[in-house]
Amino acid sequence: MPKLTIDGREVEVEPGLTVLQACEQVGIEIPRFCYHERLSIAGNCRMCLVDMERAPKPVASCAMPVGEGMVIHTNTEKVRKMRKGVMEFLLINHPLDCPICDQGGECDLQDQAMAYGFDRGRFQENKRAVEDKDLGPLIATEMTRCIHCTRCIRFATEVAGVPELGATGRGEAMEVGTYVEHALTSELSGNMIDLCPVGALTSKPYAFAARPWELHKTQSIDVLDAVGSNVRVDARGPEVLRVLPRLNEEVNEEWISDKTRFACDGLKRRRLDRAYVRRDGRLVEATWQEAFAAIAERLDGVAGPRIAAIAGDLADCEAMVALKDLMAALGSPHVDCRQDGAKLDPGNRAGYLFNTTIAGIEQADVCLLVGTNPRIEAAVLNSRLRKRFVMGGFTVGVIGEAADLTYRTEILGNDPAVIEQLAAGKHPFAERLQAAHWPMVIVGMGALARPDGAAVLAACRTIAERFEMVREADGWNGFNVLHTAAARVGGLDLGLVPGEGGRDVAGILDGAAKGEVEVVYLLGADEIDTGGLGGAFVIYQGHHGDAGASRADVILPGAAYTEKNATYVNTEGRVQRTARAVFPPGQGREDWTVLRALSDALGRPLPYDNLGQVRDRLTEVNPVFAAVGDVVPAPWGPFGAAGKMEAAPFASPVADFYGTDPISRASPTMAECSALCAAPQDRKTGTDG
Amino acid sequence: MSTTPDAVEQPDSFAFTGENLEKAKAIIANYPPDRQASAVMPLLDLAQRQHDGWLPRAAMDHVAEVLEMPPIRVYEVATFYTMYNLAPVGRHHVRVCTNLPCWLRGSDDVVDTCRRSLDVDLGATTEDGMFTLDEVECMGACVNAPMMQVGDDYYEDLDAASTESILAKLRAGQTPTPGPQNGRRGCEPVGGLTTLTEIKAGGKSRGKGGGKSGGTA
Repeated sequence: MPKLTIDGREVEVEPGLTVLQACEQVGIEIPRFCYHERLSIAGNCRMCLVDMERAPKPVASCAMPVGEGMVIHTNTEKVRKMRKGVMEFLLINHPLDCPICDQGGECDLQDQAMAYGFDRGRFQENKRAVEDKDLGPLIATEMTRCIHCTRCIRFATEVAGVPELGATGRGEAMEVGTYVEHALTSELSGNMIDLCPVGALTSKPYAFAARPWELHKTQSIDVLDAVGSNVRVDARGPEVLRVLPRLNEEVNEEWISDKTRFACDGLKRRRLDRAYVRRDGRLVEATWQEAFAAIAERLDGVAGPRIAAIAGDLADCEAMVALKDLMAALGSPHVDCRQDGAKLDPGNRAGYLFNTTIAGIEQADVCLLVGTNPRIEAAVLNSRLRKRFVMGGFTVGVIGEAADLTYRTEILGNDPAVIEQLAAGKHPFAERLQAAHWPMVIVGMGALARPDGAAVLAACRTIAERFEMVREADGWNGFNVLHTAAARVGGLDLGLVPGEGGRDVAGILDGAAKGEVEVVYLLGADEIDTGGLGGAFVIYQGHHGDAGASRADVILPGAAYTEKNATYVNTEGRVQRTARAVFPPGQGREDWTVLRALSDALGRPLPYDNLGQVRDRLTEVNPVFAAVGDVVPAPWGPFGAAGKMEAAPFASPVADFYGTDPISRASPTMAECSALCAAPQDRKTGTDG
Repeated sequence: MSTTPDAVEQPDSFAFTGENLEKAKAIIANYPPDRQASAVMPLLDLAQRQHDGWLPRAAMDHVAEVLEMPPIRVYEVATFYTMYNLAPVGRHHVRVCTNLPCWLRGSDDVVDTCRRSLDVDLGATTEDGMFTLDEVECMGACVNAPMMQVGDDYYEDLDAASTESILAKLRAGQTPTPGPQNGRRGCEPVGGLTTLTEIKAGGKSRGKGGGKSGGTA
């Protein structure tokens, strides 16, 4: 442990740290632009200069490893003068356009210029100007403002794994860009906006929308995939203007996917802001009372088994437990939360969780992906897999579609038979799993949401057991299910699956088509084949006018995830809560309150009147809901059902990363991204001709 | 110099000839396995020689493909170094150094002569496509300043007259003798040797330098 003196204070730090990190440990903040703790060290902005005794010149603290007996000064007149000099050079080519710059108010350069800037420029010559680059529909560029810190280049290369950005030219002609103009092909590209310390890369959809000090910031979580990224929702008045990542080392570090970040403009469009009742084949506006009356009238005399309910992918746990209780009160066993028909059952929690945890990926050494493309199903989780790959000594085998996951993979074939071979130890990859100390398997919905899903699940359990992936003594569980729906784990935890003699989603649709199910309650369920609901009376509760609402006979307006205090469980089984940033538009209400009010109208009042009581009920149904923010390790046990697997290859359930749910489908930004993906850009290389 | 690929008309495709591909493989073999990206500079040079002295985008993409590296990493290298031309150049690429030592020794005369004789400005190509004139940074021949490079050859110790005669010979299809143009040998002192004069050329000097080869660096 090297000992060094920083500003007269003697400190002992771990070897291998840099001087900048050592300074941070004793609470001294060093100004910086290029240094970022999650990226490699570049050392090119020179803002972090400190004075080191016995060194002939100032040292860049971000790139200088600590050494025994170093004496560092960070607050002397000399250091301030050095930094002022660096700042003056940085500002030579930086335009003085803060009033019209979107970064204003949250700009590192602006902030640090307050401390180290000169009150007037001494540079008389012409400033340089750089042509703006077109990086696609998400990132707006103003390249004249670029100070060449290369954070975006390093992020694209190291974290996102799409080496498309670079610095071309040299000296004053140096420019950051893609050289051959094309949109970035990363689903994490929005993070470059956060990383950019100046206003060179800013958010295109949010351009000139607001200043940071006008925004009301709410700490929440994301529900557009099952990762449960921690986010901050920035709103002004009734409008969510942007979504930013929030630090959570266990889940998303400080990254979020582009869908999480940019789909928020979908929250303003196609909203269900009032109740509707279908009269003479047309949906007409109604009051809550009229809507409830219509439902009560239709339900009158209908036997419980002729009623069914499906919970959608964005449903929160409070609403789901209310739905479950309401259906129980009505006497219906037909409840399901698995819109895609995934063959998962709540019997054993370890059988449907990402047991390794996202942070646990960093410990793994061999990973087997079964029927999943994490890059589009859980982009942030995929970046963790890439992070592990970059550390070295990580083998990834894929049974499924061959796709570019941003790290090297071994394609074992897109054939369920390979799973059987592995389970029997007869595949060459079995040796890798055998030799691994921390093996893990990730099973995706592409493998489970099919008729033989239970057999695939059972075979994967066999693999996990055969290769000792579950070792309680080490606290290691390498069996993982990667969900795509934010509501799924919560739904399974609450037991939103058919009761005895109950129908699952396919059964409900079948029953509705045959007339055996008369009333179907859709809690934000849009991913089902609504055409198959036959003549059933459909009640749709949700926030967007998507597939479910257009088929509905009664629409009850709910709240989107930014508009309610709600509980979600991510794919790891981590219980997390959203917080209300804005109110639902119009007559929309938090979803559990809608169900509570409806239960009154139906004469079967649910036994909770406030959020605290609903949450008590959640804990009563499943004690895991008491541990908010944590992952409760699930005990291992039997799950899945042995059976014969079909020969059909696996296909990812996510066809379009930018349009997986009603919110992103309503977002014009996401639509633009989808269109760009659907029509591959002209990236002709020299060998195409 | 840096230029965007849209600035010039680009060919649709580029591929190494069989002979050059063999050369490329030999160059790549100089580096450890998985470190083939180190061969990017010689391969770009090879591509440039194959393609009339300039690198179209297709050639950079081809090099990236051969070396299994992201195209942007190749673009970065190609745009950084002035020895790679990203736009077509004339048959003779004349590069005059104008850095301090050359300038002190009269590079202005050399540049003026070139401009007048070729009737083009710096950075431009003559109408007949024979010459491209460029100003470059130090090429490491300061001891023989001022100097210019034509193709692969250095012409050193220039003045207006010798510059004119070199250009005339090039225009006439001849190859002027490279090296110092004032009769000086290598980088020996201009006025002849001032020390070690007693050692005969070719004689064994026991590591004291001198000898026939002039400067052994």
